[in-house]
Amino acid sequence: MSVVTEVERAAPPPGKAKVTDRAKQERNLGWRLAMPAFVVMVLVTGYPILQATWNSFFSYRLTDPANKHFVGLQNYAVALTDSVFWTATLVTVFITVFTVIVELVLGMIIALVMHNIVIPRRTLRTIVLIPYAIITVVSAFSWFFAFRPDTGYINYWFQWLPGVDLLTDWFGGQWTSLFVICLSEIWKTTPFMSLLLLAGLAQIDTSLDEAAKVDGASWWQRFRYVMLPNMKAAIMVAVLFRTLDAYRIFDNIFIMTAGANDTASLSLLTYNQTIDRVEIGLGSALAVLLFLMVLAIAFVFVRGFKVDLAQGRD
Amino acid sequence: MPRTRQWVRPVVGAAALALTASLGLTACSSGEAEGPVTVTWFINPDGGGSDPSKDGQAGLARICTERANGRYEIEFELLPNSASDQRQQLLRRLAAFDENVDIMSLDPVFVAEFANAGFLKQVPEDYVDDYTTDMVQPIIDSATWQDKLTGAPMWANTQLLWYRKSIAEKAGLDMTKPVTWEQLIDAAKQTEKTIGVQAKRYEGYMVWINALIMGAGGNILLNPGASAQDLQFGLETEAGKAGAEVIADVAKAGVAGPAMSSTDETAALDLFANDTTSGFLVNWPYVWAALPERGIDWVDDIGYTRYPQTIAGEESRPPIGGIVLGVSAATQHESEAWDAIKCIRDEENQKRYMLGTGNPAANKNVYNDPEVKEVFPMAALIRSSLDTGGVRPLTQYYGDVSGVMQRVYSPPNAVNPDTTPVAATELLSDVLNGRALL
Repeated sequence: MSVVTEVERAAPPPGKAKVTDRAKQERNLGWRLAMPAFVVMVLVTGYPILQATWNSFFSYRLTDPANKHFVGLQNYAVALTDSVFWTATLVTVFITVFTVIVELVLGMIIALVMHNIVIPRRTLRTIVLIPYAIITVVSAFSWFFAFRPDTGYINYWFQWLPGVDLLTDWFGGQWTSLFVICLSEIWKTTPFMSLLLLAGLAQIDTSLDEAAKVDGASWWQRFRYVMLPNMKAAIMVAVLFRTLDAYRIFDNIFIMTAGANDTASLSLLTYNQTIDRVEIGLGSALAVLLFLMVLAIAFVFVRGFKVDLAQGRD
Repeated sequence: MPRTRQWVRPVVGAAALALTASLGLTACSSGEAEGPVTVTWFINPDGGGSDPSKDGQAGLARICTERANGRYEIEFELLPNSASDQRQQLLRRLAAFDENVDIMSLDPVFVAEFANAGFLKQVPEDYVDDYTTDMVQPIIDSATWQDKLTGAPMWANTQLLWYRKSIAEKAGLDMTKPVTWEQLIDAAKQTEKTIGVQAKRYEGYMVWINALIMGAGGNILLNPGASAQDLQFGLETEAGKAGAEVIADVAKAGVAGPAMSSTDETAALDLFANDTTSGFLVNWPYVWAALPERGIDWVDDIGYTRYPQTIAGEESRPPIGGIVLGVSAATQHESEAWDAIKCIRDEENQKRYMLGTGNPAANKNVYNDPEVKEVFPMAALIRSSLDTGGVRPLTQYYGDVSGVMQRVYSPPNAVNPDTTPVAATELLSDVLNGRALL
């Protein structure tokens, strides 16, 4: 969350050639109103980031504080030369790319349905949001129990599929585990995606769509040439938020496999070093690496794809 | 109004808020000056839950508070369910020198790590005799670090082999004699039943691996107290190979249920409680009380015997667990804490605890008690298993050692007796010397 908000702040305010006095005053008032929150934000995010960076240069185990000593970049070298780190990176990238693409497609379909449906509009929007309202750990447990061959019903329902029978052990292998993890992630966060996209759809000037209709454009043409370009900002914001979020995936994996069968994500790997092994130095190095990657993603989106976060705000 | 004041105000407000909050906290922590001293005991969840009227640890806290006659009050805090989560929470508090932790219920495998870090008080000389006399040896060993007693054994756990008498008979197994894993695998295959084991990537898997290796006469660590660079590993031995072979055979035969790689104690018990899969099970004695609770109608068909042998003819080394009571180095009430522990784990309370929760006492005398013998017909078996049980390595790096073993031996169907022990040795050495992640 913190990273997202920082990016939001880093984005330049809507550029205007000439600022009127009134606008200037309003902007100043805005800054003053936001100042306390901003100061607290910097304190609560800045301090841990600096502390973690500092710790990452030490060999420091919480159960052996007397042996704490400076090792320079050794922790980074250990992490970057360990195949476990790269496996975790690949797993994280795979989960991120796969879930965000599926969520984007599904989210768009759901957003279109929500946008066009008239009768149970409010009810529908509430229903769609339910998965997102469920705590991730709880949803992870329900997916875990559903897919387990002993407590679950999935095998029973889908035993007609080739490769699935009553005894299929979904959590026994890397790909099947990742499949269930991705599925639960998609189920859980597609509503978020669809909600952001719905906001984008609502922004489109209906007269454009009507004009295209009058000109005889097909549904696909209207979608491709009218809707998509007009909601590009909303799409990019939605994709950016979800990408940053997905890249830090932790809960589902922690509950379902705890990282077994090469399913550990970078967050889980960091957690294992820092919280479980109390290797503060090594864990901090991983946390810093994870932070840099998230920062890089945000940078690529904001600069590379020219996502204007301020625009999605209106 | 001057400009500066306008924006100074919120900052002052925030500072005032922070100050009030911190004052509030100080007020809380200094509020125990009056009345009896409060001794806080961090307990692991047990059959008594957090109900002081039952005979769990919560109940013992109540009883020993009464016996203290107003000198101190024992309050309890409930720790998480799994041993790993308990370790995490305690470790965080201990590393922060949390003064609110006085007594802790510790899994024996944490003692070395905590003691080595200086997080535990040593047992004062006056109490050593009382805390060790008549206790089973493996749990005393677990409570000792570098020849000093650092905790008081409270209860001691061990695993038994549970079986269906009818299934064993059908398979032609003579359960009056020690059985081997190989025999069990054959019997389960032949009768199309399961052997409940713990092979999920968690501490329970380490328990199994360690018991198998020790059962073949080996040890995961050859010099467990040594520092990381001097540690020697015993996996690349005949015993290490024999241990891996059992896991590989169970997995290959497919007799550990459909989801072997995610089977923990509860899942294994479920397999045993289900009539269609029920055959054999290695598990702690709590299952004796847990099985009837699941409404099974074949209680008379449940048999129990000693933990299976890794190698035919070589005595098995059943897993050892239990609870050791430790006192935090940051405690402000050390003498009250040791006095409370004396009460919590005296013979009478150990018996009460065993009858109340099903967790076996660390005190040998309890097993001769007629009441205990009646409720636990397998009392003698538990005691003999405890006496000859195999403790997991007593090392300050236990968390890492266990983590490496769990990782390299997962999933169980990929265990290869020729390569897995070699890979585990390599990773143990790398991880312990800071050359690899875990």
